[in-house]
This record gives sequence, structure tokens and C-alpha cells, in this order.
Amino acid sequence: MKNKFEQYNKQVMKHFLKPKHAGKIKNPDAVGRINNDMCGDLMEIYLKIEGGKIKDIKFQTMGCAAAIASSDVLCELVLGKSLEEAKEIDNKKIIRELGGLPLIKLHCSVLGERTLRKAIEDYESKEK
Amino acid sequence: MKQIYLDNAATTQVDKKVIEVMQPYFSEKYGNASSQHLKGQEAKRALEESRSVIARSIGARSDEIIFTSGGTESNNLALKGLFFANKGTGKNHIITTKIEHDCVMNACKWLEEQGARVTYLNVDEQGFVDPEDIRKAITPETLVVSIIHGNNEIGTIQPIGEIGRICREKQVYFHIDACQSYTKARINVKKQNLDFVTLNAHKIHGPKGVGALYIRDGVKIEPLAHGGRHEKNLRSGTENIPGIIGFAKAVKTSRNSDIKKMEKLRDKLINGILKIQNTNLNGPKDENRLCNNINVCFNNIEGEAIGGYLDAYGISSSTGSACSSHTLESSHVLKAIGLSDLQANTSLRLSLSKFNKEEEIDYVLEVLNKVVGKLRRMSPVK
Ligand SMILES: Cc1ncc(COP(=O)(O)O)c(C=O)c1O
Ligand code: FES
Repeated sequence: MKNKFEQYNKQVMKHFLKPKHAGKIKNPDAVGRINNDMCGDLMEIYLKIEGGKIKDIKFQTMGCAAAIASSDVLCELVLGKSLEEAKEIDNKKIIRELGGLPLIKLHCSVLGERTLRKAIEDYESKEK
Repeated sequence: MKQIYLDNAATTQVDKKVIEVMQPYFSEKYGNASSQHLKGQEAKRALEESRSVIARSIGARSDEIIFTSGGTESNNLALKGLFFANKGTGKNHIITTKIEHDCVMNACKWLEEQGARVTYLNVDEQGFVDPEDIRKAITPETLVVSIIHGNNEIGTIQPIGEIGRICREKQVYFHIDACQSYTKARINVKKQNLDFVTLNAHKIHGPKGVGALYIRDGVKIEPLAHGGRHEKNLRSGTENIPGIIGFAKAVKTSRNSDIKKMEKLRDKLINGILKIQNTNLNGPKDENRLCNNINVCFNNIEGEAIGGYLDAYGISSSTGSACSSHTLESSHVLKAIGLSDLQANTSLRLSLSKFNKEEEIDYVLEVLNKVVGKLRRMSPVK
């Protein structure tokens, strides 16, 4: 029963407390859903795609502060990017953008990366 | 921003009256209680007065109280001390529960490596051990039954009177970890047939790093620390006089009326939270719940995230979620009362003290409603 908030930096807290991309998209073009095998929590990412580019992106998570902050940053990073560019984004980039995460929370940023890949795969499989 | 501290099961604010009586024992009355001179004897007198305060509070004799560095040490001393004192007698079986504090649980796990056999008893969905399960678990090899009196996570107060009777009848030792229940629930070593009681100061508005172990007269244990033969040679090391003085003062300043006050605030907070949809209370709903404990599952949202939002509003809380633990495992206590990992991850513990006020509870409920709504909108699980 420990509190961890003191170990999150300002940037993480900003994205955690005021996420811009939390929510759902009506009739999304693709959805990715992942279970976090480390702590058991969940994440979903919804995509709207136009001309091979990410036109809109939203996330929902039952996850910790780090999970919320990482998914928000991830959305920020890939919005407007092509699918190929979006695939390049990994959790290292997310962590850099957040200015670092506590060691034990690194897996929460992997969750975002994997959920996005899943969503893109979902889109590509539908396109075929 | 105003700060509302609702993590009193972790530790409490030291009472000003406690700090006041401790002060002189740092600056003027700094003697070593083992010294023969005046300064030493001054410290010794204060030490013995404090011992008798602690003893009286649980119906014990002064010479049955050993001062320690806290709950962790007292629990370790009781269990390991007893185990090593009985090595070679064939008494190597320990009975405990699945909802102990880490220090008892991990001491037991370590003792298993040293040749002990440990039974970890199940509890029911409110966290109660069945005294009859204890009776059934006792064998001729059983040395001690060790039970957490008031649970630090879900507030369950165990029927120690009944368990004590069974242990005495079966002639096995009975140890309780009373860190959370001390001054909050009745403890009487004679009436409840207790052989060991673990106490500490920092949960009752005393200083950190001080505790006590009651050892019933005549019961032999081995010390863990060998040295200058302090504390009946069971716990060597120069006594923490200021801490011990503060501990006794904390006991003296606790009032029965504080319990009533906390119960009222607790019930207000519980009832207010349960009005939020899809919430449920963990732990007992009746009088066998610690007066300061609230533990709820908010379902579909993460306890760590709830705590993070509350912190941003100046409210301190705690959670049994995996996301908040060093090992990424959810609380063993919540799992023992039948919660799934996912449910345990949605838990929040709020724990009160005598210093909390009714307005604070109103504010917390208002904030909780907001925060839970916001996080639920963010959650993919509905
Ligand atoms: C039930 C229980 N036992 C033992 C302890 C450990 O006590 P201490 O922190 O004094 O070592 C605590 C609190 O941390 C507790 O709540
Ligand atoms: S989502 Fe569980 S630790 Fe981050």
C-alpha cells in the first residue's frame, strides 16, 4: 500500500491529470485492445484514418497514472502521422517525451506502444 | 492547497502533546538509562514510568513489556524468538492467516526455511478467521498461533477472546499483532489469554521507530540482538528514551471518545462512497471493523490513478492495486477475501485519525465523485 505520485515528474502529472486524448471515437476505422500482463490492467486505442494518415486518435485505459500519461503522449506523437511513421514510435520515444518514468512503470508505456500496433494491424487486416 | 490526510493506517501525525513531553529527553534529560549517575537515573525513571503506562493499557505487568524499534521488530522477536527458544523440542508448527502484515508473513516464510512448518489459514469474505479452523489446525507440534488483531488493509477485528480460549485450552502460545487495533479495540492480556502482543507508537500519534512486545511472565524466547543485556536481555541496545516517553504519552492522550468520533466519520464516508454507482465495501460492515478504516473497490478504474487524482486535490490515500506495489502484485489481503486481481486493482483505502473533521469528509466525497466520474469516462471497461 504505497503512494507513488511523488516519483512522477511534472510532465507525467500534466498528461495524467489533463489528458487531451482520453475518450472514444464514434465509428472508428480501427481498434486495438491489450491486457497488461504485468499488472493485469487494460488499454484500448481507437483510430480514424484518412489517406493513410491518422486523422484522429483516442485512448481509454483502466490503468495507472503512468499508463494514462503514456497513452496521452503517444496519441499526441502519432496524430497526423502516416501509419508507417506511427509504427516507428516505440516506448522509448514515449518515455523520452515524458521526461522519464519510474523504473517499475516502464511497462505501462509498452502497453501504449503495443495497443497502437494492434490497432494499426486491425486496420491493415480490414484493408486487405 | 488544504491537505487532508487519510492514510493514518500507514502512519499518523505526532500529537503536539507528545512532542512536548519528548523534547526535554533530547536536550536536557539525555542520559543513558543504564548509567548509575543522576542523568542516567532520570532517564531510567522515565523509562520505567512509560513501561507501566503501556503495561496498564493492556492489563499486563510492567516486567512483561519489552521496548523495541516498532511493530516489525516486535513481530519478528515474538515469532523468531519463540521458534529458536523451542528448537529441538519438536514444537515447530506455526499457525497464522493469509491476511497478515508483511512483517509477520515474511518472518513466517523465513522461518519455513529454518525448519518451521507454517499453516496460513483462510479467512471469509469479510476477512474473519474461523476460531474453529484454528482449533482444527492445532497439532501436538504446534508452537504458536499468530493473528493480526485489526487488519491494516480492510479493518477486520478478529475474535481474539475466542481464539485465546482455544489456544490456552490446547496449550499453544497466542501472539497478536495489535499495531492497528491498539487504543482502538479492547486488548486485555488476561481476559483474552494473550501470550504475546505487538504494539507500536506511530499508528497512535506517537513517534516512528518505537514499539513494544508484551511477553507473558514465564514465557521464554531467544533474543535476536545480543549485546549489553538491556530489556531483560531480550533486546539489547540503548533504549530510545525520547521515543518511549512519546509512546507512553500517545497512549495516555488517546480517548474512548476518539473512537466514537472516528466511527461516525467512517460511516459517513462509507455511506457517501457507496452512493457512487458500482462500488463495494471491502471488510466487515458491523462493529468488528476498525473505527478508522475504509476500503472500497470502485470497479473498472485503477486504484493507483484514483489516488493520484486525490493527491492532486490534497487528499492522501492508499491502494491495494498491483500498479502501486513494488512487485506489481495486488494485495494478498484483498485476494484472501476473494477479490480477483482486477478487482483488487480498483481498491482504495482511506484511514482516519482523531484529527479529521466532518467538513473534510464532505470535501473528500465531493472530490471522489468528480474523480471517479472522470476516470470511468477514461476506462474501456463499463
Ligand atoms: C498490522 C501491522 N503490523 C506491523 C506493522 C509494522 O510496524 P512498524 O512500522 O512499527 O515496524 C504495521 C505498520 O506498518 C502494521 O500495520
Ligand atoms: S497500468 Fe498497472 S502499473 Fe501502470
